[in-house]
Amino acid sequence: MKRILYPPIGIVLTLALWHWVCVEFKIPTVALPTPWQVFVAGVERWDLLLSEGWVTLKETLYGFLLALGLGIPIAVAVSNSQTLNLMFSPMLIALQSVPKVALAPILLVWLGTGIESKLAIAWLVAFFPIVVDTSAGLQSTPRELLELARSLRASRWQVFIKVQFPAALPFVVTGAKVAVTLAVIGAVIGEFIGSSEGLGFLLLSATSQINTPLAFAALFALAALGILAYLLVVAAEWLLSPWLPHSTERSDS
Amino acid sequence: MSFGQLTKVRRVFERRSWRGPGEPLVAIEDATLAFEQGELVSLLGPSGCGKTTLLRIIAGLIPKSAGSVRIRGEEVDGPHPDFGFVFQSPNLMPWRKVLDNVLFPMEILGRRNARAKQRAMDLLGMVGLEGFHGARPHQLSGGMQQRVALCRALIHEPTLLLMDEPFGALDELTRMEMNDLLLQIRSRTQATVVFVTHSIGEAIYLSDQVLVFSRRPARIAERIVVDLPYPRSAQTRFSPRFAELAQTASRALGVLH
Repeated sequence: MKRILYPPIGIVLTLALWHWVCVEFKIPTVALPTPWQVFVAGVERWDLLLSEGWVTLKETLYGFLLALGLGIPIAVAVSNSQTLNLMFSPMLIALQSVPKVALAPILLVWLGTGIESKLAIAWLVAFFPIVVDTSAGLQSTPRELLELARSLRASRWQVFIKVQFPAALPFVVTGAKVAVTLAVIGAVIGEFIGSSEGLGFLLLSATSQINTPLAFAALFALAALGILAYLLVVAAEWLLSPWLPHSTERSDS
Repeated sequence: MSFGQLTKVRRVFERRSWRGPGEPLVAIEDATLAFEQGELVSLLGPSGCGKTTLLRIIAGLIPKSAGSVRIRGEEVDGPHPDFGFVFQSPNLMPWRKVLDNVLFPMEILGRRNARAKQRAMDLLGMVGLEGFHGARPHQLSGGMQQRVALCRALIHEPTLLLMDEPFGALDELTRMEMNDLLLQIRSRTQATVVFVTHSIGEAIYLSDQVLVFSRRPARIAERIVVDLPYPRSAQTRFSPRFAELAQTASRALGVLH
């Protein structure tokens, strides 16, 4: 019961404190609107939040899916071929330390202010955790499982598809969870740098019009979007691997 | 000619570090042994003495440095799908249900069909796991998992069962249960078994022949023919002959002077 009751109480207390600070210190709405003002702004412009949110969600998910679609095959290639591993692993690690956000202006020049540049930035930030975690997973297959497959003279393809990849799946999921939250950030940064739509754009234009309540409403919409994207990955995890320890009921032996 | 014949098997591991080649490590020296079809042979020795290495060589999982390993007259130079291997840990795939774990070898060998499935169910029944075919490995206890692993090793009807300290991680009671289960399986399937263990009692209780290994490099210090009558039971462990054989094995291991 406490588990259900206490989180909302925490939220209400925080909002109350926020409201009290605004009123007590007579903070102007431009600087910090009260929660109620934010709520009203959100309700008034819900159509705008929804349509812009939809744009950002699309950028996030497409970027994320692109990162999955390219990241997993690259991780597979790198962890299965020593040549490729030696050639590209150091570079991948070096590239990972480049602040991807710094590439955003360049990508904008290349791809324009449409959805492509946002997709590219979201893809770029989501790509590395997927590659790194997937190849870590592929390289940590239990040795005895590989020996079992070898003792039956399994082909390389059989070993990969029946042993290595399923064993790596929990790692892929971990990477995907990190990647999807990063993809939201990537999409918003893309919108900040050059865009005419999306929640990031709405946030910028609202602040420039000194409509702070709307900016805050956009911020909350962005948070909700991030949670939604994360939950989508969690749902995929449920479907893909019901054997993961935390998603199955454990019987005490 | 014997079913299995090992002659002067030797295995050396090269050791290399950043300082250059180190002293090579001799894991097995001059291992010569033979066993007949249907026999259960135990390789008994202290932990880390190289007996597991020898088992892996027989399985064809790792190469030998010198000597010869012949099973049914054929030199072993790689893994053979006619062997079944049981590992120290149950080594099950957590993403597969129990039945699918048991059927894994049949899948690799391209023989997963209705008959294989029936056989898997029969095997699960034989080890006392009927009704568990739909469970996930993590829902089972260690002993139950090792039973599943046993079924998996038997599913493709191997002529030779290779077992690497399969019950070493189990508690004493479960281990005794598993020993009896193995004896039962043997009497039903007529399988030939090579069994690695560091337990003197287990080796004698199960085997027709016990080969006692010395510390590294592993050499066969003593060959003990176990002439205890079948069927063996808890009573066997308290017979004078059992004690006598255990004493011989302890002497060979150097734990009794």
